[in-house]
Amino acid sequence: MRDAVNALTVEHVSHAYGARLALDDVSFTVAPGSFSVLLGLNGAGKSTLFSVVTHLYAPKSGVVRIFGHDVARESGPALSRLGVVFQSRTLDPDLSVEQNLAYHGALQGMTGRERRERQKILLERVGLADRVRDKARHLSGGQARRIEIARALLHRPKLILLDEPTAGLDIKARADVLAIVRDLARDEGVGVLWTTHLVDEIRDEDHVVVLHKGKKLADAPCGEIVASVGAAGIGAAFTKLTGAREQEEVDA
Amino acid sequence: MSLAFDPPRRFGLAQLWICLCGIVWRESLRFLHQRERFISALVRPLVWLFIFAAGFRQTLGVSIIPPYDTYVLYEVYITPGLMAMIQLFNGMQSSLSMVYDREMGSMRMLLVSPAPRWFLLTAKLIAGVAVSILQVYAYLIIAHFWEIDPPSWWGYLTVLPALMLSGLMMGALGMLMSSLIKQLENFAGVMNFVIFPMFFASSALYPLWRVQEGSPWLALVCKLNPFTYAVELIRFAFYQQIDPLSLGVVFGCTVVFLSAAIYAYDPARGILMRRGG
Repeated sequence: MRDAVNALTVEHVSHAYGARLALDDVSFTVAPGSFSVLLGLNGAGKSTLFSVVTHLYAPKSGVVRIFGHDVARESGPALSRLGVVFQSRTLDPDLSVEQNLAYHGALQGMTGRERRERQKILLERVGLADRVRDKARHLSGGQARRIEIARALLHRPKLILLDEPTAGLDIKARADVLAIVRDLARDEGVGVLWTTHLVDEIRDEDHVVVLHKGKKLADAPCGEIVASVGAAGIGAAFTKLTGAREQEEVDA
Repeated sequence: MSLAFDPPRRFGLAQLWICLCGIVWRESLRFLHQRERFISALVRPLVWLFIFAAGFRQTLGVSIIPPYDTYVLYEVYITPGLMAMIQLFNGMQSSLSMVYDREMGSMRMLLVSPAPRWFLLTAKLIAGVAVSILQVYAYLIIAHFWEIDPPSWWGYLTVLPALMLSGLMMGALGMLMSSLIKQLENFAGVMNFVIFPMFFASSALYPLWRVQEGSPWLALVCKLNPFTYAVELIRFAFYQQIDPLSLGVVFGCTVVFLSAAIYAYDPARGILMRRGG
């Protein structure tokens, strides 16, 4: 397996909705245990990429591998190594936290005992062990997100994908969610692909992939990107990169 | 917390079984939580039974036709049709709700399971069928107090496999429709264009020989309607009999609808892509 070393490999992925090109020959990798950020504005193609990686649908061309397993051809082994936090709320509001986790555990083929052991550890880590019997509808936005993070890690995946996980949260909840994901991923050795349009969520050591209008504009550690365009920070670098692209388009 | 990882589980038969049980369990829990859905699922056939059937009792005579070996009351005649109607409503409701925005999140949750997609879709159907069977038996309990019973208690048991098969057929039809027809965005449209025509143009409310007398054209439509065969399969099974033609048609339609739905939901076909992801 050529790519066995990478948690996620995206190779020449292109996708179009009718005539509109949503992803244009995008390639990048996520190293095991690393924290990678997929940075882009709304409409950059982040959600399309997310759908392709989670096997919701196949791209028009290109390959996505999770620990060397082609998502399209070997979806079982690929998906068993993947945990996902979707942008929309996906907890069942009528069910309790435990019931929601039990459903996810069953979808992953976990036995009840195995699931309860993991659930106990993870709920403590996200600070919600006392809410296990509460219905999901009674959780705040930030709490629901933390449960979704615990759920994504329940089956011991080696890669987790988070699609704008802080959208709609207040400042405190945003910081909590980000800190929890960073800590848990580090302790469990999980690779993270964090999708966002908020530059303040990025640290210097994070690997950053900049996506703009379906094209990859940068793919390097945050510090390198900032240095390469001579910007003061990643926010300015992002503006410079996307601005330069807009200018090229105007010139062309 | 340990840094070491278990090697990812192989998804064998035991895992598939856990997965299926989890999907059925969740669907049943959700159903029990949605009291209004349960009550409306029960009230609908009871309105037909208590009002429609009572009103038509004198107007519509049903002669002796298999499986009945004596004259039966109209209420008795339409009971299998109402059982099938419960399943038709349920099948359309659960299959269509899967793809609409309201449920899109939970559908995506389902589809990131490592189990094969055909298995997940079939499991989801089976869960819907389990819920529809709960509804049917709840209806039969009430019908029992209205003195509508099978000729023997065994009928309650022999009707079960028929309900499983007919439920699967209607769920698979709903799933297939959800992938093909974009316009049916709300349940009212489904009622008008699918449920009502299927229900009325069938043997649910009147025996086919009666329809034949009134309109040979309508009788032909009824004979081409798979719902007719679901009703007859249930009717005979309730009387501990097997109607081979109905069994064959319902089984064949289930296979065709389900295969087509699985084909339509293949990631490469992209139905989920159009639904927005």
